[in-house]
Amino acid sequence: MIEVEQLSKRFVVRRGRVRRDRQVIEAVKEISFRVERGELLGYLGPNGAGKSTTIKMLTGILVPSSGRVSVAGLDPSRRRIELARKIGAMFGQRVQLWWDLPLEDSFDLLRHIYKVPPDRYRTSLARFREVLDLDPFLQTPVRQLSLGQRIRGELTAAMLHGPELLFLDEPTIGLDVVAKQRVRDFLIEINRDEGVTVLLTTHDLGDIERLCNRLLVIDHGSLIWDGQISDLKERYGAERTLIVDLEEPAPPLELDGARVERVDGPRQWLRFRGSAAELTARVAAATRLVDLQIAEPDIEEIVRRIYSQGS
Amino acid sequence: MVEPVLLWRRLVGAQIRSQFQYRVSFVLDLAGNFLISFVDFLAVLVIFHNVHRLGTWNVREVAFLYAFSSISFALTDLVIGHLDQFPQKIRDGTFDILLVRPRSTLFQVIGSDFQMRRLGKAIQGAIVLAYVIGSLHVQWDAGRIAMFVVMVPAAIVIFSSVWVVAGCLAFWTTDGGEFANAFTYGGNFLAQYPIDILSVWLRRFLAYIVPLAFVCYFPALYILDKRDTLGLPRFVDFLSPVVALVAAGVAGVTWQFAVRHYRSAGG
Repeated sequence: MIEVEQLSKRFVVRRGRVRRDRQVIEAVKEISFRVERGELLGYLGPNGAGKSTTIKMLTGILVPSSGRVSVAGLDPSRRRIELARKIGAMFGQRVQLWWDLPLEDSFDLLRHIYKVPPDRYRTSLARFREVLDLDPFLQTPVRQLSLGQRIRGELTAAMLHGPELLFLDEPTIGLDVVAKQRVRDFLIEINRDEGVTVLLTTHDLGDIERLCNRLLVIDHGSLIWDGQISDLKERYGAERTLIVDLEEPAPPLELDGARVERVDGPRQWLRFRGSAAELTARVAAATRLVDLQIAEPDIEEIVRRIYSQGS
Repeated sequence: MVEPVLLWRRLVGAQIRSQFQYRVSFVLDLAGNFLISFVDFLAVLVIFHNVHRLGTWNVREVAFLYAFSSISFALTDLVIGHLDQFPQKIRDGTFDILLVRPRSTLFQVIGSDFQMRRLGKAIQGAIVLAYVIGSLHVQWDAGRIAMFVVMVPAAIVIFSSVWVVAGCLAFWTTDGGEFANAFTYGGNFLAQYPIDILSVWLRRFLAYIVPLAFVCYFPALYILDKRDTLGLPRFVDFLSPVVALVAAGVAGVTWQFAVRHYRSAGG
């Protein structure tokens, strides 16, 4: 679906008002990856790492400085208009709906811009109205919609022409928990039922954890991780935490293969690698254990570690 | 060719419907636009209160020129006046959204707004024209009637082309608004008066480079049976439609060039 080889983008930046020094900034440096049809993958990176630049090259907005891109079998920058029919895009912060018009009018205009046949338009709109619960605000001018309602509208707008591939830039930014969940459910559904390939950039690690199998991480323009999320945890976040409740307050336990991170009365937090069963047995042998739970490594922390090591 | 026109009508129709939703505000805007443009015309009257002629032009002839320029300017403003807000689109990144849609970007920018209140100025121009035309003693033969009909559409195309070229600057500066205004409002001002009153160099500039003299001046020379002061052959008076087509071509190419620059340099 997407093939990227040695893709780079350089910008010339001029500094200073009088002496215009030219400086070349490499926003994306020779990145390569492939995305298969039907994947749902996350694209992660700190601000200014090159995420948006990559997405812009994949959608045909920007022309690459060097390297090769193919999206849905097309060269995006040369065949922008053809590609536009096959992809959908939503840039969370930027409104693509008509601000002063009722939501449904925006959809109707998009139908004509994309030349969607009337019957197909009716079926897909009916579906989005149901899944995203659009009916209560379909006749409301966009500027009066809440952020959550607007994002649901934007998602519909990006999907109305039946794209094979959907690019989402920060789709859940600023949304409350319920609205976030609705957007996530929707993405899972279109990916599962219609096989739509989804590439999303986000700062919300909850999005990544609940939606994506695969993760690309970019920093300073270079791809520093491409793989499954489970592998990521293994590699960067092998330490888990065993939280034990002892019968009574005790000094920090001294055990092989575990160190106590925190003590709060009878409760202790133990960081460890390897088998949780073995460690539990050792704790039980050393003292009287009342209760226990295991905390998986936090993806947020993992990502923090990748950024600090990767660059 | 027909499909984009239908789509444009649809885009614009939706804008008009939404403007009519606030009737009072719309009527006030229209009236304000109508009245404020009389101040413009007042300036013409003030000049002629002090002098009897501008070059070889009397007050009725200048009013004729003024009316035509106003109508053309107002209709251009109606169709593409929102071009001056498009640097904002580049700055906030919404121009990118136009690039992921399967249509030409210029078409989408043009179809993105349509401010009906701008008709106020056109109505004012039409009133001045109706008032002055009877007293001009024009010999209405077939050629003059044809010119009368073609003149406004050609003027709109020329104005639009100049505005598009000036607007392209936003792709480099992301804030060329004021510079572009020199061509839009400045252009309107220059088209309202006979270019006879300008220096020779400025006259040449308007005839050969930024072709604003073709908006009203040359067609008006023909209709009013006058001679130009650059000593150009008479057929130049008929060239407006041709100039309009050439200008549109130049504008289209400039726009494409500017978008290509934007897509390689990034917003």
